[in-house]
Amino acid sequence: MATNKTSTRRKARKTGKANGHATDKQIAGKSKLELINVSKSYGEDWEREEVLVNLDLEIQPGKLTAVVGPSGCGKSALVNLIAGFEHPDSGQVLLDGKPVTGPGRDRMVVFQESALIPWQTAYQNVIFGPQLRGDMSAAQMKEEADKLFETVGLVEFKHKYPLQLSGGMQRRAELARALINQPKVMIMDEPFRGLDAMSRELMQEFFLRIFEKNRRTNIFVTSEIEEAIFLADRLVVLSNKPTRVRSVIDIDLERPRTFEMLSSAKAYEYKREAMEILHEEALKNFKSSGSQSDFVEAFSARNE
Amino acid sequence: MSDQAISDAETSLARTPPKGFALAWYRLKKSLATPTPYMMLFGIILWLGTYYLLTEGWKVPRFEKIPGPLEVMTEFFSFDPIWGTSLFTEDFRINVYVSVRRIVIAFSLATGLGVPLGLFMGWSRIFKDYAFPILETLRPIPILAWVPLAIIMFSGFETPILFLATLASFFVTTLNTMLGVESIDESYFRAAGCLGSKKHHVFWHVVVPGAMPFIFTGLQISIGVAWFSLVAAEMISGDYGLGYMIMDSYMVNKYVSMVMAMISLGFVGWATSAMVRWGGNQMMQWRVKALALEGR
Repeated sequence: MATNKTSTRRKARKTGKANGHATDKQIAGKSKLELINVSKSYGEDWEREEVLVNLDLEIQPGKLTAVVGPSGCGKSALVNLIAGFEHPDSGQVLLDGKPVTGPGRDRMVVFQESALIPWQTAYQNVIFGPQLRGDMSAAQMKEEADKLFETVGLVEFKHKYPLQLSGGMQRRAELARALINQPKVMIMDEPFRGLDAMSRELMQEFFLRIFEKNRRTNIFVTSEIEEAIFLADRLVVLSNKPTRVRSVIDIDLERPRTFEMLSSAKAYEYKREAMEILHEEALKNFKSSGSQSDFVEAFSARNE
Repeated sequence: MSDQAISDAETSLARTPPKGFALAWYRLKKSLATPTPYMMLFGIILWLGTYYLLTEGWKVPRFEKIPGPLEVMTEFFSFDPIWGTSLFTEDFRINVYVSVRRIVIAFSLATGLGVPLGLFMGWSRIFKDYAFPILETLRPIPILAWVPLAIIMFSGFETPILFLATLASFFVTTLNTMLGVESIDESYFRAAGCLGSKKHHVFWHVVVPGAMPFIFTGLQISIGVAWFSLVAAEMISGDYGLGYMIMDSYMVNKYVSMVMAMISLGFVGWATSAMVRWGGNQMMQWRVKALALEGR
């Protein structure tokens, strides 16, 4: 355990230097998540679909790692494996060197569509975890929850049921529900999908402020490249099925981030780079499915 | 008081929800502003009018033997009924009381057994594998087919009737509860798992409340089915009860009393359904509030 920690720290120092903005102090004690040689397939024996094959991925401590990939690649499978909802066919998912065996409070998932429990009020949802585990005193729980409601700006809506809240409010309540458990890793599974553009931008900024404050190890799965670049320290681009890590782009933009940074030349370059890879991968999808070869030809001709 | 203060007071008044009588009055005023109550009234008049014209007004052939609405109503509210039974006679009240008591017992039994069974079947794969085939084979057997068996199995008048009414609603409740558990979105189980719930936490905080909407839909059907099988059983092997009253009046040509019993069944059945609905709404405020937002 001790050796593990020092090695993490040493690594952090190295990468910290490269990025120029994540300091040692921020990264110390943060958790590292690794996927080693992970494979996962779904379906019946005679029509097995290999979704992940020998995937290696490191989610560095104290950093926000965004994961993008062509639609239909194994992003959800990845989330399910890390969260422990599913188990890999082979390979290992390690949190701080220890294998992940099932879902747990150390890895909180913020789900695609809100997974707030509809028969509990926002407040009940937030205190649900500590209440079940009984690891906080009632007073402490109330205090923590109140503080979080303050942070996410939902104080007046504390005692509303999720279905009475707007989409953006639901996501914020869900963030609060995850944060109260002080997870080692936050797993964001396309958390802002389905929000309108305005709420989405607000949520991104809001989420960034929280991340920049506590620097929790974060994996943020999304299908929007701009969102990924805006939020992430590292951008992992996945390949088409079977999914591998196609490329890792270090996003060297200053923190705290602002939306203006997205229009900088650097950000544009990151975007172009990622887009190029994604296009390539998306086209493979057309090719491998056999149909639409005319379209693929026309597209590559245009690109030349 | 300045204008500002007045308007503040007004808004704060409008924002505190009225209670008790004030709330009922507000609801009544609001509903009188919609076409609903007038349409309902019109529908009732149309129906009663047709009934009246067919039987008492024009005395259409085949309908003339049926007691008309005027005759039934006069008899119903008469202190000195021609046929011996009215709202104010002892035997009518006993019949209603006996039927309602049977329904309460049968429905409680069916709910008490059916809901837990359905919950476990939906929750545990193994339990479902054991219990489902038997349930699915017994369920399609019409309740009337159980009558002889019920009479052989149980002694007296009361227990066979209770058995038949319970059995019918038990199947409905069990099946709906099971489907209710299966309808719960996987993400709630996952969220609960993330938060560190144990199995019993999941059962009480996800499975039970999550199945509630289906359970109460099932209970509304089940109480209807309970009435249906109760009356059938009372007609065949009863001693008191509204079903018995119908059959008995028919046998001795007291058609007015027969129709009275039918109407009473309608009203009592409606009242019990409404109570189940009310109970459901009390237990699922989260759903009531969400539906209210959608204007339902």
